[in-house]
Parts: sequence; structure tokens; C-alpha cells
Amino acid sequence: MIASFCRTSAFAGVTLSLFAYWVGAALKRKTKLSFLNPLLISIAVTIVVLLTAHVSYDTYDAGAKYLSWFLTPATVCLAIPLYEQMKLLRNNWKAVATGICSGVLTSLLCVLVLSVLFGLSHETYVTLLPKSITTAIGMGVSEELGGNVTITVAVIVVTGVLGNILGEGLCRLFHIEEPIARGIALGSSSHAIGTAKAMEMGEVEGAMSSLSIAVAGILTVVGATVFSAVL
Amino acid sequence: MKILRQFCRIMIITLIGEVLHWVLPLPVPASIYGMAILFAGLVTGFIKLDQVKDAGKFLIEIMPVMFIPAGVGLMSSWGDLRPVLLPVSVITVVSLVAVMVVSGKVSQHVIRLENKTEAGSLLSMEDMAAEEEAEL
Repeated sequence: MIASFCRTSAFAGVTLSLFAYWVGAALKRKTKLSFLNPLLISIAVTIVVLLTAHVSYDTYDAGAKYLSWFLTPATVCLAIPLYEQMKLLRNNWKAVATGICSGVLTSLLCVLVLSVLFGLSHETYVTLLPKSITTAIGMGVSEELGGNVTITVAVIVVTGVLGNILGEGLCRLFHIEEPIARGIALGSSSHAIGTAKAMEMGEVEGAMSSLSIAVAGILTVVGATVFSAVL
Repeated sequence: MKILRQFCRIMIITLIGEVLHWVLPLPVPASIYGMAILFAGLVTGFIKLDQVKDAGKFLIEIMPVMFIPAGVGLMSSWGDLRPVLLPVSVITVVSLVAVMVVSGKVSQHVIRLENKTEAGSLLSMEDMAAEEEAEL
């Protein structure tokens, strides 16, 4: 009875996801271990529970889609911290512009070089080109260039979650100390999911990361089209 | 009432973004149009910060949980992913680290270069002390 109810419930999955996030956040606060990332814990726990209880993703998503639904208005709101840091942006626009451009170019070059090394097909290559940008733009790029959109979305999400987990540590390891530079690094490499971490790191980081999502996304549309002709 | 009004303004902007995405033949999603509209509105003073701030900050604060469904979606793309798992994983990790380090380092370099030229020969004692410390 209970099992069959959970298999069809619209709320069970979301409640589980949120609860796992809460537990993850509490664990992290207590232990201060960076690999105990609440987002990662929540995703992992939810997948394990869905698989063991034989609940399909579609059943889960029937309730969980309302969480995703908030992403568009939330992304719109990223303009607020950006506006609050306007003065800083105006004074440092050169650093911001060169940082994001170099990030976009690095991403495309990296995918090109490694695709050649692995001998990947053109389809897989163009599937990976938009991996560093926000899902909504990346899906369109992949589709336009003839890639596998399912893999593109998976890689974009994994990139974001990894950026969210590793971002702070990598900045420390490579001595990226300026808040503006840390925001650019997070936003250019791991889009909105990285920006969620940048918001936790500080207001300047969050604002610069928000800007990077939009600029890197749009630059990648152009860049990926050019790069797709290479391999 | 305040939060409701703020949320309503945010949704109106989101809706305009969606309309633009629908009308314009560009690969720009509704959220990016909306972000640009809200930013332009705040800069021109057409929208006041107080008219969107509380609801907006709340949405940004809970943003991480909005990515949980997309992450759980990995379980259904597993079949597509398995045949190319090794190269795709390597490319994902390597390029993530490369992009983060390059973009962060380049912008940090430009910031420090500009600070130096601005300050010119008038480097404060504090900066010199910090530099000496770094050299040691």
C-alpha cells in the first residue's frame, strides 16, 4: 500500500529532495567538509531512493518540475545583485570582459583538443561544445549543431555541480583571491549552478558570476558555431 | 502584500522575456532577456530596487534546490551517456578546471595591472608590505 502510494505520489519525491538538501546543508555546517555538498547529497540520495523504490523519473518530475519552474524568474532576479555592484562593474569592465572571453575560448579549445585526442565523432564533439554555459542556451546550441541534447544537458548539469563543489577550493589552490575574479571563474566555468555557490561566497562574487552566465552564454553561441566547422 | 507585489513584478518581467524569446529568432532564453530587462529597468530608475529586492533575494537564496530535478534527471540520461562515459567525463573535468583557472587568473591579472598603473608610484605602505610578504 505505502510502496504503491509513494510510486505515484507527486509530493514524496520533492519532499525527499528538499529534506536531503536540508540534511546535507546541516552536515556541511557541522563538519565543514567541502565534499559534503548539499546539492550533490540531495541529488544522490534522491536517485538512490527512486531506483530502489522503482519510481520512474517521470513520476518524480511530475512534482519536482515545480522546483525547476522557479529557475527562470530566479535567473531574472540575478540582475539585482548585478545592479547593486554596478559601480564595481563600471570600474573593472576590462578585467570582467577579458576574463569571460578567455574562459569561453578556453572551454571551446579544451573540448576541441580533447575530442581530437579521444578521436570523438563530430556529433559527440558538438554535443560537448556548449558544456560550460547555462542549460537553456546550451540545449539550443547543441540542437542547432546536430548534437545529442540529452548528453549535453547531462554534461552541463555535471559541470555545474562539480563547479559548485570544487569552485571555492580551486580558487584557493590557484590563488584566485580577487572577489571579481572568483565570480568570473565560477560563472564562466559552471553557469547558474556555480553562481549559486558564488552567491554564498560573497555579494561581489555572486554579481560577477551572474553577469558571466549571460555573457559567456551568448559568446558561446557564436564561438561554438565557428568551432563546429573545425572537427 | 509587499512580497506578492514584488513577485508579480518579477513574473511580469519574466513573461516579457518569454514573449521576446518567442518573437525574436535568437538562441537567447527567456531568463536572459528578463535579466537584461530587469537590469535596464533598475539602471534607468524605471524599477526601484525596493520594488523587487525582497522577493528577488529570496528566489536567489533558494536557487540551489531548483537544480535538484535536473541533477536527478541524470538517472534517465544514463543510457545515452554510458557508451561515451570515459571521454566525456575526462573532458568535463579537465575543461571545468581549465576554464575556471584561466578566466579567474586572467581577470585577476587585469585587475591588479590596472590597480598598479592607477596607483603609479604612489604605492601605499600597505601594498608594499603585502608585496614584500608575497615575495618572501
